[in-house]
Amino acid sequence: MIPLNFALAHSLPELVLAIGALGLVLAGAIRGRISDWLVTEIAVGVLGLGILVLLGGRGTAIVFGGAFVDDSFGRFMKILSYAGSLVALLMAQDFLVREKIDKFEFPVLILLATLGMSLLISANGLIALYLGLELMSLSLYVVAAFHRDNSRASEAGLKYFVLGALSSGMLLYGASLLYGFAGTVSFSGIAASVRGAPSLGVIFGLVFLMAGLAFKISAVPFHMWVPDVYEGAPTPVTAFFASAPKIAAFAVTVRVVITAFPGIAVQWQQIIIFVSILSMALGSFAAIGQTNIKRLMAYSSIGHVGFALVGLAADSAAGVAGVLFYMAIYLVMLLGTFAAILSMRVNGRAVENISDLAGLARNDGAMAFFLAMLMFSLAGIPPLAGFFAKFYVFYAAVEAHLYWLAVIGFVTSVVAAFYYLQIVKIIYFDEPAPSFDKAPAVLRAVLALGGLAVLLLFAYPGPFVSAAEAAAKSLF
Amino acid sequence: MFGFGILTCLVFLPLVGAAFILTLRGEDEATCSNARWAALVTTIVDFLLSVYVYAKLDPNSSAFQFVEEKHWFGGGLVYKMGVDGMSMPFVVLTTFLMPIAIAASWKSIHVRVKEYMIAFLALETLMTGVFCSLDLVLFYLFFEGGLIPMFLIIGIWGGPRRVYASFKFFLYTLLGSLLMLVAIMAMYGYAGTTDISVLLKTTFPASMQKWLWIAFFASFAVKIPMWPFHTWLPDAHVEAPTAGSVILAGVLLKMGGYGFLRFSLPMFPDASAYFAPLIYALSVIAIIYTSLVALVQVDVKKLIAYSSVAHMGFVTIGLFSLTQQGIQGAIFQMISHGLVSAALFLCVGVIYDRMHTREIAAYGGLVERMPLYAVAFMLFTLANIGLPGTSGFIGEFLTLIGAFRVNSWVVALAATGSILSAAYALYLYRRIIFGALEKPSLKAILDLSPREIAVLAPLFVLTIYYGLQPGPILDATATSVAQLIRSNGEMRTAALVTPARFESMRE
Repeated sequence: MIPLNFALAHSLPELVLAIGALGLVLAGAIRGRISDWLVTEIAVGVLGLGILVLLGGRGTAIVFGGAFVDDSFGRFMKILSYAGSLVALLMAQDFLVREKIDKFEFPVLILLATLGMSLLISANGLIALYLGLELMSLSLYVVAAFHRDNSRASEAGLKYFVLGALSSGMLLYGASLLYGFAGTVSFSGIAASVRGAPSLGVIFGLVFLMAGLAFKISAVPFHMWVPDVYEGAPTPVTAFFASAPKIAAFAVTVRVVITAFPGIAVQWQQIIIFVSILSMALGSFAAIGQTNIKRLMAYSSIGHVGFALVGLAADSAAGVAGVLFYMAIYLVMLLGTFAAILSMRVNGRAVENISDLAGLARNDGAMAFFLAMLMFSLAGIPPLAGFFAKFYVFYAAVEAHLYWLAVIGFVTSVVAAFYYLQIVKIIYFDEPAPSFDKAPAVLRAVLALGGLAVLLLFAYPGPFVSAAEAAAKSLF
Repeated sequence: MFGFGILTCLVFLPLVGAAFILTLRGEDEATCSNARWAALVTTIVDFLLSVYVYAKLDPNSSAFQFVEEKHWFGGGLVYKMGVDGMSMPFVVLTTFLMPIAIAASWKSIHVRVKEYMIAFLALETLMTGVFCSLDLVLFYLFFEGGLIPMFLIIGIWGGPRRVYASFKFFLYTLLGSLLMLVAIMAMYGYAGTTDISVLLKTTFPASMQKWLWIAFFASFAVKIPMWPFHTWLPDAHVEAPTAGSVILAGVLLKMGGYGFLRFSLPMFPDASAYFAPLIYALSVIAIIYTSLVALVQVDVKKLIAYSSVAHMGFVTIGLFSLTQQGIQGAIFQMISHGLVSAALFLCVGVIYDRMHTREIAAYGGLVERMPLYAVAFMLFTLANIGLPGTSGFIGEFLTLIGAFRVNSWVVALAATGSILSAAYALYLYRRIIFGALEKPSLKAILDLSPREIAVLAPLFVLTIYYGLQPGPILDATATSVAQLIRSNGEMRTAALVTPARFESMRE
């Protein structure tokens, strides 16, 4: 029997988050509405502490009766999602105050969602997976509708909730089928019993489970909610949705297929390849006609999920390392871009149209430059970081002899390059639109850091690549 | 410096200049002037540095020289730089044209001067990097990275249809390059490294070679460009600012030729032999068809752009003839075309700056007001035709000799193209320079200013010098080209033995 203190030591980051969130609820309830800044700062501190604890983590351990696994893969993904939540919280503060929705529940909900993500990433069985997923999702539904007097935000929250409930249902159904046919809920148990030619029930279970997960990572054909929710939700919430929860859902998808279904790789690979091609294609083509930048980023994120799935389709340690590296770089690009989107305010009013960026290069050279670099990076042009992200996932695919998948991926990324270039064109070539208000320092710093990170990654990439490779190895 | 060698300094020096310009504040005339001078000084220093490297290069060795290697991404991806006799002339060509391009935009660019100079300096880093890198991924990084500054240069400082032209340029080239990237990954998977000097010794199985060759062809054929992948070029040339056209024609097109020379020919010898007829056919079509198209152009820049496509046809014929004369001639032709087409675009820039139109019909009789200009333009026109005594002749002649040893029909057809080039070039010259000076707007046009003379003079001298003394370039490339042909022959026999390895790898 594993002693309790050993289990607690390995779930220390989660404990930090849980205690922090509960403490803040109490504090908020006692102090009332006046505590907004302080609550945000404490929440940021809690997340930062969580990251520090994660950085100190070592080794692999399975605790809580086999439900929870602490390994370097999980720690890598947790650091990313904690960082995503942390930056999203920082960027949200100014926005919430301006829109007069700066309630103390917001940081608490973000903390609870992050706790859910953390449990999700560490899930080592179907029940733990579902618990983590629901804790994350329920917090997200509320956050999506946080601007409750705004009809678009309420609509977004409702849509997200209804579709999310449907996807949870599918996932549960798949999980119950798997439990029925495999006789266990733990991933390693499933892996042991499912090999060779699987029964139809297992295949059904796998498909439903994948459908539920595909919904959470917003892969086609389960992407319908994404554009509406991204557009409708308050912008900092959108930034949050596109970063941390997506990383957590991606992590659990990787963990499920690699650790629970290694015996039937051919079966799930088909699903992943199919979903990946559809996501890349839709993400590329559908974004072209968009005029709202949040909606455009929604399609862009669908496309990026497709690219990252290419690495998973390869079913190799190199592929998983590629996915991890991709997620890390995607997080940086995404947060940087959303910092720019949050800075788009004319006379105190937030604007969201791409055309509002016109001539930004004349009004604010630094912002224009960093945003342009982020766009080129999202398009995957070297020497920017986005290129290396793509390089590693596509290399894994080529190594697994998925040549056509790589070619399709590259063709769609040329299509996608078109709309990223369109933004650069609007920023640099067009006549200036009214200039933006001076953005808060936090946003400027996030944008600048994001832009510099993608620009300079090529100069010193070693540690990041080896961290991703080491993390990927722990799954195999 | 910091443990890096001279090539790294050479490649990244322009970025230092760019960083300096970045620190300048303000938009006033003094700041712009500082930015111009900083860019000019940087590019001249870089040029001198490259001449120093060129002088130190041992022409009798076919090995890579000044090699430097650093840990980079790990797992076979290294930061490796080095040059040999085939790449060094291109490096010098690039660094030579850069100060000229900067000086050519001295007066004509007056908005966002700082950004313009930074874009050009970044472009220089990326271009020289292409010719110096000895790692495929590093090469790709520079090769493709060059799209970003060029996209901005065309799009911000270009003509009326600049947005269309810049997008076409970017997306067209990107599609070709990404297919090459798939091939790079396949090679990485097969050889376990992207070190070019190792890959040059790796024999790829014949069936794999064909696919790899096609993927590399997709990239280089767009870049060089070959018919029918050339359609981005006239648009990009016409809309780009003068200096942009100079760099496009002078250096960016040469990257395609360099790619064939460095990768396709030595790494995929069987596929190169297999596809050589395709190359011949496309090149002959390019030479004749684009020459005919050039005849009917009404826009000066477009005419020169089409003539570039035709001249690159000679380059590809020479390269794939796989003979000593053919390949050396192709390299010479690329260098010569780099000088001549750059000079022609500068000449167009001279009158464009004065009249702000590129329509041929808007000019006529310029010789009466601009005698110096008429002389310069004449020399470059004749060099473009390939008249003996100019550098254009040597390259064309050698490529045709080389090709003649392989296929005389190709030569016969390509030579027709030479005649057509005389037709369109002289026709252009007559319409612009000769005839009566009737247009009232031209009555007060001024001859070359001292700055313009300074810009054109080096090109003028070199065009004649290399026409009479081709030795320096030919000597520098001889050993490397001989080595290329030798290893090409050896590897073609070796590839017949390798399929077994490929099959075992697939499982």
